[in-house]
Amino acid sequence: MSISPVTDRLWWKTPMDREEVIWVTVAFIWCLFMFFMMPYWHVFGKQNLAHAAVKTSAAAYMKMAEEGVGKWKVREESEQKIPVIAPPPDTDVYLVARLWSWWPILELEAGKTYKIHLMSMDWLHGFSLQPENINIVVHPGYDHKVTMTPTSKGTFSIICNEYCGVNHHTMTSRIYVK
Amino acid sequence: MSTNRNFRTCPSTGLMFHEPAEKLMIWNAVAGVVFLLVGGLLAIGVVLTRWQWVHWLPADRFYQVLTAHGVNMLVFWIIFFEMAVLYFCSSTLLRSRLATPNIAWAGFWLMLIGALLNNYSVLRGDSSVMFTAYAPMGAHPTFYLGLILFAVGALIACFVFLGTLVVAKAERTYQGSIPLVTFGALTACIIAVFTIASGAIILIPTFLWSVGLIPQIDSLMYKTIFWAFGHSSQQINVAAHVSVWYAIAAIVFGAKPMSEKVSRTAFFLYILFLQLASAHHLLADPGLTSYWKIFNTSYAMYLAVLASMVHGLTVPGAIEVAQRKKGYTNGLFEWLRKAPWGNPVFSGMFISLIGFGFLGGISGVIMGVEQINLIIHNTIYVPGHFHATVVVGTTLAFMALTYFLIPVLFRREVAFPGLAKWQPYLFGGGMSGVAVFLMAAGTLGVPRRHWDITFAGNAFAYEFPGAAGLMMAAGSIAGLIAIAGGGAYLLITVYSVFLGKRIETPGFAHVRARDNVAPSTAPVAAAITSHGQSAGFSAPGTFVLAMVFLVAFALYYFVNWKYLSTVWPLS
Repeated sequence: MSISPVTDRLWWKTPMDREEVIWVTVAFIWCLFMFFMMPYWHVFGKQNLAHAAVKTSAAAYMKMAEEGVGKWKVREESEQKIPVIAPPPDTDVYLVARLWSWWPILELEAGKTYKIHLMSMDWLHGFSLQPENINIVVHPGYDHKVTMTPTSKGTFSIICNEYCGVNHHTMTSRIYVK
Repeated sequence: MSTNRNFRTCPSTGLMFHEPAEKLMIWNAVAGVVFLLVGGLLAIGVVLTRWQWVHWLPADRFYQVLTAHGVNMLVFWIIFFEMAVLYFCSSTLLRSRLATPNIAWAGFWLMLIGALLNNYSVLRGDSSVMFTAYAPMGAHPTFYLGLILFAVGALIACFVFLGTLVVAKAERTYQGSIPLVTFGALTACIIAVFTIASGAIILIPTFLWSVGLIPQIDSLMYKTIFWAFGHSSQQINVAAHVSVWYAIAAIVFGAKPMSEKVSRTAFFLYILFLQLASAHHLLADPGLTSYWKIFNTSYAMYLAVLASMVHGLTVPGAIEVAQRKKGYTNGLFEWLRKAPWGNPVFSGMFISLIGFGFLGGISGVIMGVEQINLIIHNTIYVPGHFHATVVVGTTLAFMALTYFLIPVLFRREVAFPGLAKWQPYLFGGGMSGVAVFLMAAGTLGVPRRHWDITFAGNAFAYEFPGAAGLMMAAGSIAGLIAIAGGGAYLLITVYSVFLGKRIETPGFAHVRARDNVAPSTAPVAAAITSHGQSAGFSAPGTFVLAMVFLVAFALYYFVNWKYLSTVWPLS
């Protein structure tokens, strides 16, 4: 029994049951298949997260974000007067995550590609784009550049999905795609 | 100091309990159940707040309750119970005295003090940082100190377990190799040592940071090392509950492993690869290369997943073989139909096995795919997944084992047998519902650890699809059913242990073992002796179930790739 010592000293020489052999083989092939799906998607798939990140300070990152707002601001929204920027395609766009807001709001064009930078000024935050349901963790001190291509027009929401304190649920913003 | 060598023989099973070990098992199991009670009460607050129509607790209270629920359930309940399992698998199954009971008690008290200290910090209200406590969000120093003391205590218990294996070998209390279940417990213990070392590496500096001795904790470093503790501690559970499955198959059916070689190799794969899972939590994070992510998230080509798939075949396979020997040979599934479904030891274990495999296992692998994680990370899909693995898998397996331990270890009859019969269905069914509905809500984008998904009063509110609210409501109702099932378990256990009918033990005898001689006893129940030796096809029903599993796995796997391919291109 499984709870008694194995007295047959050569237990590792007992033959495997046939179904064990078949199952281990099939399961192993499936495991290998799943493993190679990931590199496959890096080559042929379109949704891969860039991993490169640059260590930087909150002040330096904020300066880049403010430059972007200075250049591309089109209007302000809500009582907090959060600027909306419309950057040209293929530019570096800096999005700031902080307790408890995203800054600024982005206005992008469908079918165009943007280099969106993500970084937090304080704690961990979560960039969760809805209803696309793309989720990326935002760290303090790591400037993470993600290349993104909006495919459809409309109003998309960014919600914070990394717990960041008592007003976590108020940390929302938008991306407009025209 | 003389060594206590007194043993008690259980008259119904023939198991031998070393007196100090027995007391330690009882106290660890009881402490675990107390924390399960605390965590269960807190679950009510979580469930009734995330049910958006009820939305019971205010935000600060909700996050406080969620933090305490997570830590008490994931750490204190499970690890305390696991310590009882470790002592059982070493001292009792090997019929050996427990090494250094006094040091084991020191470990127990450290764990208890640590658990109370951690709960105190959360109760203060300034440590609502969740189980993960991601720096630089800081908690009160006692939050980290409590976890550190608890971990040190658990580490001591692990070494007492290892010491007991040494004692048993030296004093020749058994012949041949240690039982498979003890081998599984050893696997859990080895993973636990790795886990606790990782915990120390990250929690000690974080504690020093919280008292101002270290200026800064890097968020990415914290997360990477924390999960070598946080996820690996869940892998202790996997190794432990798989051992419990094997133990229950042996206890209820007298089942032998189909082949020792296969089952032990599978456990060995756990030792080699399970602790790579830290990567599962970093797939959507910057700064780590895809090479690192792919190798680690797949446990080096899914070799630990392979191990779980093997156990998924060999545990029910062993039961099938044992049942067929007893004459349940008609068709593919008579062995399963005629299984003792009214015995909570069996039904709990089997629901645990199915839930862990179909719900927890499949979802875990899929959310651990580097790219698919992008559409799942930090959504409530994640709690859906781990309520299937840790709760339906581990907790329910431990509950099932409790129904065996009450008469054997506590020498009391199980109270409310009618309720006990239904308890695994209530709890397993409810918790499976939680898992499924939360995964559905997560697929729709609902975030985890979130007080208000209606974003009421917010200038940039997002409205989730109506189905999301419905899934959260269904998950909450299922959660209440599971809480009722958990309450039934606590009622039965506590009543049985303190007020239950004592079992008369006419054959009760203390046996005193001499040095270097195994205490003599009757063999443990009647073992089936000869199967597992042939190269036949002895468990066809289980093989069919395994194929059903594989098809479900593959279908769901491709559905998720399909879903991923529709979102915005990223690079």
